[in-house]
Amino acid sequence: MVTYLIRRLLWLIPVIITVSAVTFIIMRSAPGGPWDTSDDRRQVDAATAKSLAAYYGLDKPAWRQFMAYVIGDTNSQTKEYVCGMICGNLGPSYRQRGRTVQNILFAAPEGQTFWQSRFGYSIRLGVMALSMAVFIGIPLGIIAALRQNTIVDYTALFIATSGISVPSFVLAIFLIIIFASRLHWIDIVVDDWSQVKYWFMPMTVLGFGTMAYTARLTRSAMLEVLRQDYIRTARAKGLAERTVVLIHMLKNALIPVITILGPALAGLVTGSFIIETMFSFPGMGRAYVQAIGQRDYSMIMGTTLIYALLVAVANLSVDVIYVFVDPRIRLEE
Amino acid sequence: MATIQSVSANKIVELNDVFRPSKSLGQEAWSRLIRNRASVFGMIVIGFFIFLAVFASVISPMDPLELHGGKKFLPPPFDQGATNIKSEPEYLLGTDSLGRDVLSRTIYGARVSMVVGFLPTAIILLMGTFIGMIAGYAGGRLDNILMRLTDVIYAFPDLLFFIIVMVALRDTFIGQLMNGLILLFAALAIVNWVGVARLVRGQVLSLKQKEFVEAARCIGVKDVRIMFRHILPNSLGPLIVSAAFTIPGLIITEAILGYLGVGLRPSTDSTDIFITSWGALMLDGQTAINTQPYMLLAPAICVALIVLAFTFLGDGLRDALDPRMRGTQ
Repeated sequence: MVTYLIRRLLWLIPVIITVSAVTFIIMRSAPGGPWDTSDDRRQVDAATAKSLAAYYGLDKPAWRQFMAYVIGDTNSQTKEYVCGMICGNLGPSYRQRGRTVQNILFAAPEGQTFWQSRFGYSIRLGVMALSMAVFIGIPLGIIAALRQNTIVDYTALFIATSGISVPSFVLAIFLIIIFASRLHWIDIVVDDWSQVKYWFMPMTVLGFGTMAYTARLTRSAMLEVLRQDYIRTARAKGLAERTVVLIHMLKNALIPVITILGPALAGLVTGSFIIETMFSFPGMGRAYVQAIGQRDYSMIMGTTLIYALLVAVANLSVDVIYVFVDPRIRLEE
Repeated sequence: MATIQSVSANKIVELNDVFRPSKSLGQEAWSRLIRNRASVFGMIVIGFFIFLAVFASVISPMDPLELHGGKKFLPPPFDQGATNIKSEPEYLLGTDSLGRDVLSRTIYGARVSMVVGFLPTAIILLMGTFIGMIAGYAGGRLDNILMRLTDVIYAFPDLLFFIIVMVALRDTFIGQLMNGLILLFAALAIVNWVGVARLVRGQVLSLKQKEFVEAARCIGVKDVRIMFRHILPNSLGPLIVSAAFTIPGLIITEAILGYLGVGLRPSTDSTDIFITSWGALMLDGQTAINTQPYMLLAPAICVALIVLAFTFLGDGLRDALDPRMRGTQ
């Protein structure tokens, strides 16, 4: 188990390096650079651009820039060695000058906690969406399975199927038009995210797909468990229905559901950027979309790497959680 | 037929067996599929949108590019909404910011979604099947490379990859081809073939242990023939199901990219086949969410409908091709 884990974790290193190499190559093949495509079309003059490029090491050959990003390099002007990605340094942002990428993503505004940072906002939204998915999706799946082929089951299945099908941003459009534009129940543009009521919409929109998926997964797992012999045995020896359902069935049916939670959370955090953009949510995803438009290379690289790391760790968590919740499974390989 | 003449005892039973038209596996699956109401609905919706896409120029009531001066943001006649601009009956879903007919533009948008759904899926299936077959059958180093490559691609958040590629290569030569559609196809195919390759690889690994493959090998059938005549047809079921779920995924991706403004570039050239996409229409529409919500609603409903249709069809196909799974998924 431990050796397996170590091997999987070590395998993350080449994965992360490959991801950064791919991002690097694609970004560098883009015409234009961080200095010339600005939203406000303010051009940097040639001499300034040159000295900026020299300062950030962008005048060096591409392979050296990449090595500088991963391992680190000596700054040509200050003659100091600056450590790269391996030290957790994601480099300076080319757009928000004077700030590093990790600073933009992880540091909260002054006097506030980590949860007020961009990453903190995204994580909080992701966790809220996931809890909604779990606390509504699992009961929905259980009820649907227990009442299989009744109107309850069909309704739950319909909700689940449409939740899987309708993309979250389309759902967001429907909800915004109905509740904000027509009924005027909520505001579209929110400046103060400290109030809980504003989180309701992005949370619902983001979590709905996962909720539907959880419901479907729970239902199918329950249906499979329902037909097992040990359930018949449990009923035959006269256990209360509640005990049979909650103890005997759920314990087994929830195994697949628990294992998807890690990847689901990663998916919610990484997949939220379109929702964040729609609701002007101050999270990591919106920063990423902005950085792409501004050709902020290091910001794009850094965010992509964090996303990739999240996804990879989440996928790894599936295997580990499996071992804990299901004693029948052993990690070998 | 020979048995009927030689055996007389169980003649009636035999006759019954002989004269019932024999059904192939595909026909069996088809008859199960058309008994499923949801997937029939799905097929009808998909057929409808294919029809719209092919005959867009005939069906759409107006020219999607024609600017109607002074008729901007007209609301549709059935819903006057909050604006005080008077609707006109010939614009069934109103007009957009430049006075173009929303209905016609939405109909043209179906073209892009259909092409984005089907064409890359075909490439993905071909590439994935070919590489997955070889990796699964030959094993060894190629198999290893494939599995490591999957690790990398799975770690890459795919939407982010599409966005980076589309933004970075938009102004290059391939980015210009067909308003960026070719680049979009390439990006979609690069990420998605891996899933198919893994699926096929798994199928091949389990099938190549089966007796019929062993038998084929015993009578000296060549490897290539075993792969394509014996193993491939037996792994078609999961492949078809995965295709049915790949297509809506691609349509959603295109819509998201268009909505973020990095998908297909809306064209103003009337000779173009692909004028606009649903994603691009939604991007246009979101600025007018209060004055003319149908600019946003029409393409959004279309995306939701087509994706729902494919999900229904995919579910139905899975039940039809693998009856053991029926009702449990």
